[in-house]
Amino acid sequence: MPADPSPVPPADRPAPARLAQAALADLPWQVGVAKPDPALVVDGVTRTFGGLTAVSVDHLEIQRGGITGLIGPNGAGKTTLFNLLTGFDQPDTGTWTFDGQSLGKLSPHKVARLGVVRTFQLTKALSRLTVMQNMLLGAQDQNGESFLKALVPGTWRRQETANTERAMELLTRFKLDAKKDDFAGILSGGQRKLLEMARALMSDPKVVMLDEPRAGVNPALTQSLLGHVKDLREDGMTVVFVEHDMDVVRDISDWVVVMAAGKIIAEGPPESISQNKDVVDAYLGAHHDAPLTNEEEDRVLAEAEAAIAREEGVPTGASPAETLSSERTGSHRSATDGTDTTR
Amino acid sequence: MSDLLDALAIALKSGLGFQAIFFALLAIGINVHFGYTGLLNFGQIAFAMLGGFGIAISVSKWGMPFWVGVVVGIVAAIVLALLLGLPTLRLRADYLAIVTIATAEGLRLLFRSVSATPVTNGTRGLSAFNQSFIALAPWDTQRRYAILGTSWSGGELWVATVGWILVALASLLVYQLMRSPWGRVLKAIREDEDAVRALGKNVYSYKMQALVLGAVFGALGGMVYAVGTGSAIPDQYQNANTFLAYAALILGGAARVLGPVVGSIILLFILQFADTGLRSLISNGIIPDTLLSSTDVAQIRFVLVGIGLMLLLVFRPQGIFGDRREVMLDAR
Repeated sequence: MPADPSPVPPADRPAPARLAQAALADLPWQVGVAKPDPALVVDGVTRTFGGLTAVSVDHLEIQRGGITGLIGPNGAGKTTLFNLLTGFDQPDTGTWTFDGQSLGKLSPHKVARLGVVRTFQLTKALSRLTVMQNMLLGAQDQNGESFLKALVPGTWRRQETANTERAMELLTRFKLDAKKDDFAGILSGGQRKLLEMARALMSDPKVVMLDEPRAGVNPALTQSLLGHVKDLREDGMTVVFVEHDMDVVRDISDWVVVMAAGKIIAEGPPESISQNKDVVDAYLGAHHDAPLTNEEEDRVLAEAEAAIAREEGVPTGASPAETLSSERTGSHRSATDGTDTTR
Repeated sequence: MSDLLDALAIALKSGLGFQAIFFALLAIGINVHFGYTGLLNFGQIAFAMLGGFGIAISVSKWGMPFWVGVVVGIVAAIVLALLLGLPTLRLRADYLAIVTIATAEGLRLLFRSVSATPVTNGTRGLSAFNQSFIALAPWDTQRRYAILGTSWSGGELWVATVGWILVALASLLVYQLMRSPWGRVLKAIREDEDAVRALGKNVYSYKMQALVLGAVFGALGGMVYAVGTGSAIPDQYQNANTFLAYAALILGGAARVLGPVVGSIILLFILQFADTGLRSLISNGIIPDTLLSSTDVAQIRFVLVGIGLMLLLVFRPQGIFGDRREVMLDAR
């Protein structure tokens, strides 16, 4: 991220978003496909908890400068994979590298210092620190964070002032500047998500890993939150995020990786995913193709017709996933573990 | 009336004496551990005992100079902090609590055991190690001095003076550290370790630094106590003192620089005032002997302090100096 995050008119700069999308456009839609310019490469990573294999990924590459969405039903191992990649958990086997540098056996703070920062599914705002203190904590290489130098304010004053200015710019961008002296504990859930993201940006990350950035955020704030995620890509960062909501995924991601039962079952551009049979199986259950009895068939048909009728009432064109979900039974919503698809 | 004034004077002396300094230094250490970093150290008294016995053993047993004893005490406390921290600080907070409380009790039993008698003199403890320190006093230590209606021996006054200077320096150090980015990391660790890790800070190292710093304050407190009483007896270092120091910290306000200091003064003042006051009320017959005899007073005063603490937590949970907004955040 450039030191100066002030908004530049989009026309004045290259659009890396489209670059990443364009670079990925011609790739085959298959699991483990090699990317033109991978930032993160995962190889043979497995993690078991007792008898349960939580993650078993043969090969995965994450394109630099793009937004990669990681989706999958509950218990698919998305968060476990996040924990493994950021050093919060150690795998049983496998290697993974960032910019060619192995991340195996690195502790979380060392991974973060390399430029891979993450946020958490359950937001971790530091409640009894002010918003500004939260932000300043994100800055790296602070002199004042060493015990001896902390005793001599002269060694860290200037750095602190510079960090404060940068934090203020980020807070303004995330519209939290008015809250800078409030305790983070009094912020709303959505503001905490924003603060956590802004705090992560203070460390000048190269890769930002967002674990369900939208969880617990009201629909109004969702749009601005997603806008900020897109901004990260504009700033040249690589973004990986976990999400349940297909609409969000389709809206912002350049590439989508689908996990189920610890394995990657599909990857491809967002529009490819809803046509993928494995994905449909993972979300709706593998037996949805099984022959139906007459009664069931009639019921499903009636539901589908009702859904189509509803769909036509909506002015926007139905996208593949919506068509998919309306063609199938109404179980789509509950299969994506009840996440409310706010539109 | 004069009884009441006497009781006030005696309580004031207690609130400013070496015992208050002892608790203040203990509580400053606990403040660094618990108040700022969120480490649950339930064995602060172990560090104090190492401080006190560091001087006592070095001087009486090994014939070393007093200042060598001070260094020995501090080094011993640092070593113990590292030993306790190495295995537990990677784990959840509870484990440090378990290990420290066990160590505090275990060390005391070890120091008073028969096998340790050649070094620590067992249950009788060590004495006669503070003369060279008392001799440094710029005034005559044989005389008694009257200050604000209280009577101090020259030695007591000297220990108290040096002790309060130590408390002031310790508070200054904590103040300086906690307004720096270093202190900010500690406070963030108290809030959420994983978030701090995700921001590239070595949480383990910071927790260790905090543990060692607080342990050194504890050791200094133990030294003041040993020098003040002129003896080092293992049973003086009961772990109940750790919890009294916690009480002082909560009374004054945790995560505030002056909280532990003012808390200790007030705690000692109240304990002594309740003691002397109740005794004089009993001897004057105002409280009938059938209700309360003077032998009960030693226990009753702790009951009073307990009730006082409960009232404090109900009406002012943040302590004297604390920020109410901060405490209320926890309730959410």
